[in-house]
Amino acid sequence: MLTTVRRAVFGQARRGPTQASALQRLLSTLAVLEQNNGKLNTGSLSAITAAQKLGGPIHAFVAGGNIKPVAEEAAKVEGVEKIIAVDNSAYDRGLPENYAPLLVENIKKGGYTHIIAGHTAFGKNLMPRVAALLDTQQISDITSIENENTFVRPIYAGNAIATVESTDAIKIVTIRGTAFPAAEVASGSASVEEGVDPKAESATEWVSEDLATSDRPDLATAGRVVSGGRGLKSKEQFDKVMLPLADALGAAVGASRAAVDDGYADNSLQVGQTGKVVAPQLYMAVGISGAIQHLAGMKDSKVIAAINKDADAPIFQVADVGLVGDLFDKVPELTEKLKSA
Amino acid sequence: MSALRILVPVKRVIDYAVKPRVNKAQTGVETNVKHSMNPFDELSVEESVRIREKKSAPGGVEDICVISAGPPKAQDILRTAMAMGADRAIHVETKEGEDLEPLSVAKLLKAAVEQQKSNLVILGKQSIDDDANQTGQMLAGLLGWPQATQASKVTFEKEGDAVTVTREVDGGSETVRAKLPMVITTDLRLNEPRYASLPNIMKAKKKPMEKKKLEDFGVSAERRLKIVKVTEPPPRQGGGKVDNVDGLISKLKELGAL
Repeated sequence: MLTTVRRAVFGQARRGPTQASALQRLLSTLAVLEQNNGKLNTGSLSAITAAQKLGGPIHAFVAGGNIKPVAEEAAKVEGVEKIIAVDNSAYDRGLPENYAPLLVENIKKGGYTHIIAGHTAFGKNLMPRVAALLDTQQISDITSIENENTFVRPIYAGNAIATVESTDAIKIVTIRGTAFPAAEVASGSASVEEGVDPKAESATEWVSEDLATSDRPDLATAGRVVSGGRGLKSKEQFDKVMLPLADALGAAVGASRAAVDDGYADNSLQVGQTGKVVAPQLYMAVGISGAIQHLAGMKDSKVIAAINKDADAPIFQVADVGLVGDLFDKVPELTEKLKSA
Repeated sequence: MSALRILVPVKRVIDYAVKPRVNKAQTGVETNVKHSMNPFDELSVEESVRIREKKSAPGGVEDICVISAGPPKAQDILRTAMAMGADRAIHVETKEGEDLEPLSVAKLLKAAVEQQKSNLVILGKQSIDDDANQTGQMLAGLLGWPQATQASKVTFEKEGDAVTVTREVDGGSETVRAKLPMVITTDLRLNEPRYASLPNIMKAKKKPMEKKKLEDFGVSAERRLKIVKVTEPPPRQGGGKVDNVDGLISKLKELGAL
């Protein structure tokens, strides 16, 4: 089925022979997927959802050591025509020094017009390097696609929404995961093809990682998030008050910058302009005043609840439901009532 | 190890505490408000000065040069950076309202790196106005240098040219190592920027500031992305307050959140 976008492209191509050369390359998209230790990062399938909005054939790209099972899983996503896989453990860590030339070679070979990746640590690190090598101006962290050239993205910590039109032949786009749900691994049957491997050396050596381990849902994709701020006063109190509430709700734990800076919670839990952007069904802000940098990371949540002792805290201006009171009384009470409900 | 010649790009942006307002013409935001140095760039300047003060690089720091492309008022933040400890500044003057895109800035910086013989560039991970998070990576790509983005810790090996950087990533941190020359971008946790003291502000007035034009770096202000429009985000309706925990629970049920 042709989308309106494709029809528009065909229409224009028919109309003017002068424009034909520019439009001969019909739209086709490469979605860059992430993998970790041989497991497909299903969150990165948001890139395929975004690609579906553009129309045109969709290929997906994966690279790493023993990539076959990852490629086969990705092949089950409906609507994907082909998986380009590069089996080489040199790409396991997604180091941009060798991953960017790898991607560039595969983009050139496939003649893609659109390259889409998540605006994640991986995508942020890699894609601008790819864009520079292709001499194209990337469009970061988009929240919507108007047509094949026009994209919508928040600027100024989400205080303004810009619609931008790209004049580049190749559009490199990173997407905000919360704005595009991950495509489902279903019963698709894309073919798996070996990509080209330029085998560029990485000038950077990966040394180690230190990932926070947690049984709770992942912050970026959780349906419910409870977030604590400076009002918690210490790490002990944060753990004592927030973690039982999170467990009672089956929620992920987040934190404001103040709470992270003061060591109450790990850096990776920070919600805001410089941390994670979340948009869960329920966001519960506890002891968070609601600075604009924090709001940037959570104001697209479906329902926002706030507990704060300051009735004038800015968080109440965006909260669907607010409770003024001492969080050290209210939160344990709430936790108990949720558990017994 | 070679002595460090650090280039620190800084950007003048609307102060982080100001809530930006979209202008009536919907072409951008009102800019007649307080501006400051991009907060991530303060971290870059601070880190450069600390590398010198702590003598953490075995070859020492030969030069810390700050550079900014922007309107004449961008000179204010270059003076601030020099008051924090940078040695000199380059101001690349652009017209008011003529914003460069990250790719153009990266091209400008590549030329600057070559002119200044820099071997380390420390940038902020993103500017808080366009929130693009691109320039450092683009620069590293154009130069073919290694990159370490979102750095929360930078250490130098006692000998040789290797630099070890801890980066903030989704779910925690990772550590990478590369050899100079390289590009590093700063994350919030890297350091706590100092305030410029009055004597240092006075001294900074005497430090050299070179004035340049975009043409000196072979770039133009031409844009690849056309801004179609800029709008206010849809406002959220505050839903009012409840009196107690039971009220909170029943309201959340009513809203379908529980």
